[in-house]
Amino acid sequence: MPAPIRLRELIRTIRTARTQAEEREMIQKECAAIRSSFREEDNTYRCRNVAKLLYMHMLGYPAHFGQLECLKLIASQKFTDKRIGYLGAMLLLDERQDVHLLMTNCIKNDLNHSTQYVQGLALCTLGCMGSSEMCRDLAGEVEKLLKTSNSYLRKKAALCAVHVIRKVPELMEMFLPATKNLLSEKNHGVLHTSVVLLTEMCERSPDMLTHFRKLVPQLVRILKNLIMSGYSPEHDVSGISDPFLQVRILRLLRILGKSDDDSSEAMNDILAQVATNTETSKNVGNAILYETVLTIMDIKSESGLRVLAINILGRFLLNNDKNIRYVALTSLLKTVQTDHNAVQRHRSTIVDCLKDLDVSIKRRAMELSFALVNGNNIRGMMKELLYFLDSCDPEFKADCASGVFLAAEKYAPSKRWHIDTIMRVLTTAGSYVRDDSVPNLIQLITNSVEMHAYTVQRLYKALLDDISQQPLVQVASWCIGEYGDLLVSGQCEEEEPIQVTEDEVLDVLEGLLVSNLSTPVTRGYALTAIMKLSTRFSSVNRIKKVVSIYGSSIDVELQQRAVEYNALFKKYDHMRPALLERMPIMEKTATNGPTEIVQTNGETESSALDSKHPPSITQPPNQANDLLDLLGGNDVVPVIQTTLPTKPASAGGELLDLLGDLSLSGGPTPAPAPSVPISQPPFLLDGLSSQPLFNDTAAGIPPMTAYNKNGLKIEFTFERSNPNPNISVITIHASNSTEADMTDFVFQAAVPKTFQLQLLSPSSNIVPALNQGNVTQVIRVLNPQKQQLRMRIKLTYTYKGAPVQDLAEVNNFPPQSWQ
Amino acid sequence: MRFMLLFSRQGKLRLQKWYTATAERDKKKMVRELMQVVLARKPKMCSFLEWRDLKIVYKRYASLYFCCAVEEQDNELITLEVIHRFVELLDKYFGSVCELDIIFNFEKAYFILDEFLMGGEIQDTSKKGVLKAIEQADLLQEEDESPRSVLEEMGLA
Repeated sequence: MPAPIRLRELIRTIRTARTQAEEREMIQKECAAIRSSFREEDNTYRCRNVAKLLYMHMLGYPAHFGQLECLKLIASQKFTDKRIGYLGAMLLLDERQDVHLLMTNCIKNDLNHSTQYVQGLALCTLGCMGSSEMCRDLAGEVEKLLKTSNSYLRKKAALCAVHVIRKVPELMEMFLPATKNLLSEKNHGVLHTSVVLLTEMCERSPDMLTHFRKLVPQLVRILKNLIMSGYSPEHDVSGISDPFLQVRILRLLRILGKSDDDSSEAMNDILAQVATNTETSKNVGNAILYETVLTIMDIKSESGLRVLAINILGRFLLNNDKNIRYVALTSLLKTVQTDHNAVQRHRSTIVDCLKDLDVSIKRRAMELSFALVNGNNIRGMMKELLYFLDSCDPEFKADCASGVFLAAEKYAPSKRWHIDTIMRVLTTAGSYVRDDSVPNLIQLITNSVEMHAYTVQRLYKALLDDISQQPLVQVASWCIGEYGDLLVSGQCEEEEPIQVTEDEVLDVLEGLLVSNLSTPVTRGYALTAIMKLSTRFSSVNRIKKVVSIYGSSIDVELQQRAVEYNALFKKYDHMRPALLERMPIMEKTATNGPTEIVQTNGETESSALDSKHPPSITQPPNQANDLLDLLGGNDVVPVIQTTLPTKPASAGGELLDLLGDLSLSGGPTPAPAPSVPISQPPFLLDGLSSQPLFNDTAAGIPPMTAYNKNGLKIEFTFERSNPNPNISVITIHASNSTEADMTDFVFQAAVPKTFQLQLLSPSSNIVPALNQGNVTQVIRVLNPQKQQLRMRIKLTYTYKGAPVQDLAEVNNFPPQSWQ
Repeated sequence: MRFMLLFSRQGKLRLQKWYTATAERDKKKMVRELMQVVLARKPKMCSFLEWRDLKIVYKRYASLYFCCAVEEQDNELITLEVIHRFVELLDKYFGSVCELDIIFNFEKAYFILDEFLMGGEIQDTSKKGVLKAIEQADLLQEEDESPRSVLEEMGLA
């Protein structure tokens, strides 16, 4: 059998292939040859064959049949074999492979080999891809090598230990003794890897962190020597001595100095020294400065040092090298919250970065700019940001638009400016604004009473120009519907009033209805706007005609609206003026961030609050998680901190709500609570007690005893929600018949996945003894699928000094509570 | 560092080193995706980009892209220096290294990388130290290979 071809020969041959198919053919042929060679158990050429296999693997071809061969190579005595064998193992034998563990014994032997390069191979392989089991088995050997005086092996053992710790954190302790004199080494390799090892240990364990704090002076000394020492050819990079080690030490100092005054003070000087003395002409110097800045900002440094750090970042911003600029922007973004004023000083440079060509830099600059906007600079900043919005790539527009709206809302110097800014965004980036901006803007406009005429005029003019941007069109149609009378009467004070007739306005709105550019939602807005104008304009007949036409529209939403409006004209004409009158000023909700509002059947629901919202007064999330752990969680849903349906998304929806209520009672319902935004929990509770939203308990759902044990009795009473038949409201009444109070009383509940649960805060945490009082708490359950209500409850309280905990299932809910 | 890739302008992979256990299928997917993203970058753009939850640091040397994926807390600027040091090592070893050297001697490129980095971290900050170790290991390899007879070469003995 001829000798298998050499590796280089194979590579050369494969590279001559002109097509993918040709290459595949060559590979298959060679693989077959290699396979038969493997079958023959040929020791001489195994190494060559595996090397070829590795090459083919890199080209993307399967090579799993070589796995065992790698093991054989590793076990061989020849260094060449071992070298290729370990390489093959690292490429083909990761811990997901079945045969991975077979390596363990070989590695163990090689860790004790007489040749340090073999030991090195073993350490490297273990340190790159050893599985947890392997690490457990071989940790002892690694620890031994960590104490050797051979620096070649010691440095490798240190990094191998890092990997072991990452895989099996519990083993960290065993490496502690060996770290004792790691930093006294002269060898930079050992120093570097030791610092990495120490960093890993400190990051993982607060105890280790405390233990290693005493190393700060030594680290400072080493760093100082690096800076002060003269030229060292072995470690020099562009005039700087061992920048890699410097950066690593700075990072370790950062971890050690964080939240520790003494350590931070001990490093103040050296940090200042590095910050001022490092050469900044090349990337390597800036890399060190960057790490220094990160450290200064993270530890308890004195203010002078912090200002120095921010100034370094400011200088970075002016650097020609865009990598440096990028890094500066990222760091400034991290520090803008804590050192706001210092960062403000560099505002103009940051704003200039908006014009940078690089996408990553632009994005960072945009985020940072928004973070820097405040009441003083709003006008100037907004000008720049709006200009950016005009010219930026589409991927930025949505975020930028949202940012502009937020900033405008927080810092608008005047209502007119606010509306102008919104108009600008809608007209330039109208198709990119988020869906939830439309209701937000409508609310804003409603509340700026004195600007109504100006707003509707501007929106009307914008519509004349362009009807393609849906959010703009929706806001405009809503406004025209509301304030059309102001528009035709030419009442605008802020600018020259335009002359427009009722017919012209109706032309525009009807144009929206028929245009291909309008989405169904927009059409809905337009139709409702036309309807509203029936009480504001005199050309009622025209409106009646339009409305009746759409009564047979294919679009179900439009059809429904038109039919109902028609009904208004025909049967309820006496109510029309009242229904279609001006919207009241809407309650402003806390806008700490864009909430996601999902439209469902005209009602809107806020999804989970983002972290910036004020903490709700429901159960804290970690307790809910405990409950899940106990219940083994799969079919159970945690307590969700959702709010109730908030303000309506569209006037059309709102109107429909009112009409819906009408059909029940024949007269306008009292205080339509669903249309008033309820996002703050206190308001929610008010709503519960004062609004006639719910049926009386007397209306017939019997209460039940959910739990009665050890003197603690929990009764449930029920109410059904009137507007939303899927919601049940359960009030728990906890009473205590024993002779001692139950303190720290906490009630938790979990329901199956198809339900949603909201737990409001309890009346108190103490259930007084001898039935002297009840603790009450309200649970709201949403049951859209009308499934049988089941609940698991967990009770914790302190009784006579001892903690008590109990779990129970509640299954005996009366059918009326959930059907 | 999570992984390092070397690939050509035509999207051919020349070296891949993974420092975390990843399924073969996922590796292929990530390599494909990342190559696409990096190759699409224009020359004047900065060397850093965000990709999935990682930071990518890349630099082009002649026809080869050196691409590293680092974690949130890693220093991008020093990673550029790490890449540069690796290129210098290759250059010293091969004598004015070019892509062909790495293609035809990929296993040696791996040996050098494995002597320079372990688990994504630098083992030795001295260029001389790394090269000396490689040199010694190569010597060991040569000593291993006993001279073959012509007949052995042809498989006839």
